[in-house]
Amino acid sequence: MTPLDYTLAELKQQLSARTLSATELTDAVFARIAATDGTVQAFLTLNEEQARAEAHRYDDKYVQGEGLGALAGIPAGIKDNIITEGLRTTCASRFLDNFVPVHDAFVSRKLKEAGVITAGKLNMDEFAMGGSNENSAYQVTRNPWDVERVPGGSSGGSAAAVAAGQVPFSLGSDTGGSIRQPASYCGIVGLKPTYGLISRFGLVAFASSLDQIGPLTRTVEDSAHVLQAIAGHDTMDSTSANVDIPDYAAALQGDVRGLRIGVPKEYMSEGVDPKVKQAVLDALQTFESLGATWEEVSLPHTEYAVAAYYLLASSEASSNLSRFDGVRYGVRAENPDNLIDLYFKSRSEGFGSEVKRRIMLGTYALSSGYYDAYYLKAQKVRTLIKQDFDQAFQKYDLLIGPTAPTTAFKIGEQINNPLQMYMNDILTIPVSLAGVPAISVPCGMADGLPVGLQIIGKPFDESAVLRAAHLFEQATEHHKLRPQL
Amino acid sequence: MSINLHDVEHVAKLARLLLTDEEKERYTDQLNAILKYADKLNELNTDDVQPTTHVLPIRNVMREDEVRPSLDREHVMKNAPEEEDGQFRVPAVLE
Repeated sequence: MTPLDYTLAELKQQLSARTLSATELTDAVFARIAATDGTVQAFLTLNEEQARAEAHRYDDKYVQGEGLGALAGIPAGIKDNIITEGLRTTCASRFLDNFVPVHDAFVSRKLKEAGVITAGKLNMDEFAMGGSNENSAYQVTRNPWDVERVPGGSSGGSAAAVAAGQVPFSLGSDTGGSIRQPASYCGIVGLKPTYGLISRFGLVAFASSLDQIGPLTRTVEDSAHVLQAIAGHDTMDSTSANVDIPDYAAALQGDVRGLRIGVPKEYMSEGVDPKVKQAVLDALQTFESLGATWEEVSLPHTEYAVAAYYLLASSEASSNLSRFDGVRYGVRAENPDNLIDLYFKSRSEGFGSEVKRRIMLGTYALSSGYYDAYYLKAQKVRTLIKQDFDQAFQKYDLLIGPTAPTTAFKIGEQINNPLQMYMNDILTIPVSLAGVPAISVPCGMADGLPVGLQIIGKPFDESAVLRAAHLFEQATEHHKLRPQL
Repeated sequence: MSINLHDVEHVAKLARLLLTDEEKERYTDQLNAILKYADKLNELNTDDVQPTTHVLPIRNVMREDEVRPSLDREHVMKNAPEEEDGQFRVPAVLE
């Protein structure tokens, strides 16, 4: 057992009892990164010197018994689209190769207030566009379970770093599945909270009506602790929800007796790998044995979600990414003929192929003559998808299905077929469009690769989602499996 | 609806992207495939459906219009590709 095998609650307890120091823990993190990241390639930037200095400071504070934050002295990794003051933040794009933020994102500040030490910044698909990390301008992160396979994405670095035991937890962001799908592929826990629960201030915007930050952890209880640290209203994000934040760790107590679970039949259709389906059916049996009941339900507009999502997300992205013009930050092209030429050259040199493709799609969908046919139509279909969930939640407490239709695929397997790549998100995208919370937890293995179970809840009912996930985890052993690296 | 090479050139111009001939052809094919897939949405009658712009039941969020501190200029200019006298320097806009 090394410090990196402990849960957050165990780490906190050991740090408080001073049987483990923040320095020892931080040393273990960087030793593990040094030993494994040549293979995994999860980190884009390390914050080693600063992290060690902070660890010393926390050790002094622990000795002096000063008031400390809930996660004081615990290192974490942060996805590279969440800005961190003084620490390079690239969004895995050449455009931001030299970008050092001058302030923190809301969540970066909240983690600091909780005493978390930033170990470094984690790889992703460029500007969070992709589901494999192959769209990073820097490196392809490997799946710790099979280094020939992708870790998923876009928060692939965040998932792989936790699965490889490099950091106790990480933060990611989820627009159409970018926390849940990599968590599923890497055999860890990934939570996408309700849209608006976590401030997006300082999250580099991809699709503003969908983007949401969340934790990637090894256990559900860890997820509750991290969520507690980063949730809360923020006046700097006008879509930040002003709701009471419950005690998420306390919400894990209780049982699921009498819980009504709906299983969307569209999530168990023929497109889903039979082994994935079997793992989900086994999980449902576990829930039955815990006293819950389940039955099939229909979310009839599921098959339209991917099309609606790609029009909406790309439209929002084309608008959001217009800020990257080479004037105020980022990489500016050399020798432009004039100002317009500076925009053209900087953007064309700075953006990768998938980002350009989505900007093109979004610009087209928003352009004169096509707005009603594509963008407005997709917004209307979004309403129908949201209504599917509203209706299902009148009858059921939770919805459960697979997180992704398959396990992790091989690097290079889908790179030339964007539409096929988009289909990996077919079970996470509807949830994002509806804005409801969902978690992915390990529920078995198929041919040596992890399978994720997706538990979906009512808006702002993270407590019910976490409780069900926690009870499932307690009743099974899947989360204890570790990849051999 | 389908998109041709001329449309791709027009959209690239709107998006301030310079594309190579190879990129233009590739994007024409790929965008056509994606838009063809998106035509699936037309199977649904949405005449009486309100659009969803975002899922939260909030409208405009107002605050008092008060002066408050913001980032100082020196900080803001730290990432400037080119700077002059505390301002962002760009090529001449007017010839």
